[in-house]
Amino acid sequence: MKNLPEAVAVGFAAFLALLAAAFAKDSLFQAHAFILMLVLLISSVFLIRRVKIASPGEVLMPADTSGYMDEVVRYGVIATTFWGIVGFLIGVLAASQLAWPDLNIEPWFNFGRLRPLHTSAVIFAFGGNALLATSFYVVQRTSRARLWGGNLAWFVFWGYQLFIVMAATGYLLGITQSREYAEPEWYVDLWLTVVWLAYLAVYLGTIIRRKEPHIYVANWFFLSFIVTVAMLHVVNNLAIPVSFLGVKSYSAFSGVQDALTQWWYGHNAVGFFLTAGFLGMMYYFIPKQAERPVYSYRLSIVHFWGLIFLYIWAGPHHLHYTALPDWAQTLGMVFSIMLWMPSWGGMINGLMTLSGAWDKLRTDPILRMMVISVAFYGMATFEGPMMSIKAVNSLSHYTDWTIGHVHSGALGWNGLITFGAIYYLVPKLWNRTQLYSLRLVNWHFWLATLGIVVYAAVMWVAGIQQGLMWREYDDQGYLVYAFVESVAAMHPYYVVRTIGGLLFLAGALVMAYNIYRTIRGDIRKEAPMGAAKPYLAPAE
Amino acid sequence: MSLDYQTMRTFADSWGLLYMFLIFVGVVLWTFRPGSKSASSDAANIPFKEDE
Repeated sequence: MKNLPEAVAVGFAAFLALLAAAFAKDSLFQAHAFILMLVLLISSVFLIRRVKIASPGEVLMPADTSGYMDEVVRYGVIATTFWGIVGFLIGVLAASQLAWPDLNIEPWFNFGRLRPLHTSAVIFAFGGNALLATSFYVVQRTSRARLWGGNLAWFVFWGYQLFIVMAATGYLLGITQSREYAEPEWYVDLWLTVVWLAYLAVYLGTIIRRKEPHIYVANWFFLSFIVTVAMLHVVNNLAIPVSFLGVKSYSAFSGVQDALTQWWYGHNAVGFFLTAGFLGMMYYFIPKQAERPVYSYRLSIVHFWGLIFLYIWAGPHHLHYTALPDWAQTLGMVFSIMLWMPSWGGMINGLMTLSGAWDKLRTDPILRMMVISVAFYGMATFEGPMMSIKAVNSLSHYTDWTIGHVHSGALGWNGLITFGAIYYLVPKLWNRTQLYSLRLVNWHFWLATLGIVVYAAVMWVAGIQQGLMWREYDDQGYLVYAFVESVAAMHPYYVVRTIGGLLFLAGALVMAYNIYRTIRGDIRKEAPMGAAKPYLAPAE
Repeated sequence: MSLDYQTMRTFADSWGLLYMFLIFVGVVLWTFRPGSKSASSDAANIPFKEDE
């Protein structure tokens, strides 16, 4: 009887969701519980259709558990692509709303609700699924062991998708804790905690039963990401719910302590979710794609410990010139500046892995994507510490410069390394000899890179102009510009920014088409990359 | 000893800081100890050992 216990459990959970909706304290909780019930009902129907019951005399063969567990990685790759496109699309929509405010559709699709939907979709749905899929793939290969815990990996995958759906629908309904990058309310937070601990168990279990004596450095980064995110998530979301079946909760912290807790979480979501985890990808997929070991393994260990020891203190730089004590602001700034060293050590390590193989960049757009991603990692980790310097921050803070910085990191570093990993993984996972088309990868590379450059450059100009307009005094000591004038001045930049986002989205769509055709087993007839232009003969 | 803010803060920026710094220095020294080169080059080749 395969899948029967799971189907029963999910069906029962759907019934509990119905009860929760019936006894809900407020209408929002009721709506959310109905959505949960619907999702669980649909899931249980799918599970029931997969139930196999042995007919008399037949013995159901247990599933083959000898090799690597790759089915969950395949699902993860598809989920990454799907959520990526959703997240980029919402980003383009939110950018358009800033340029053309008429696009704000009350109440569900106004900017205030779409913006957290966009950030969570790209960070946690796109990035999170990428991390799940690649960490499960890498830990098995570098440990030479199957994922520990049997179907627990499936629980992690589907549990995480449920978290995404509950978080996303909650934002649209207006259910929010208003904590940056951690907006879901208490009950969704609790669910994520359960899923995350299961993830930790699968990952640690696999490492513990590894056949390789040494734990490869990529696993160190992945493990630190999983452990630290567990800690950050729990502490940041400590809250007291007002009622058992209601949405509202109050944070355990208040005032400036709450602000610092939020940015301790927020900056380390960047440091451990978007940096450490993705460095795990870098340290596996770049050596594999370049077919040469990492430039300096010892540097990678120093990179790891430097990052771990420094990142956790950098959060206060988000609270310069606030009620946070001065010494704490300075501490955040100093640690941010010290982060230059491990970040650039890691970037150099990633780039120098190609030394002696730079020619591959000419013919391998996947490797090119990975290399430009590491270059963006270097640029973003240069810009970040610079912006954390108080004097610079007094100009940059609250302006669009910050948005540009975030996007050169997220689109450039996280996005491109993920795309590179997906292009590497898809032929391997589906046993295809090659991708459908390398030329399309090249198209994706240029669309994405151009999109990011347009986006980041425009936001620099917009941000610095904003900062300068806000601080311009006349000789009488009055502010020269009203705030709304600085808003009006942003219009052309916001239009161009939307175009940058559209380019990036178009690249992701090209990727989705390419991997769809690859999975189908098609190979496009095309001239190989780097070959001479085909001789154009007149038609005969 | 009371665990108030001032006590914890003073501990953190003296002994706590020293403790973490020494661990970090220890890690770096251990990484670059004589003879670590061959061990780390073995480790760097782990991704290429997988049985496909």
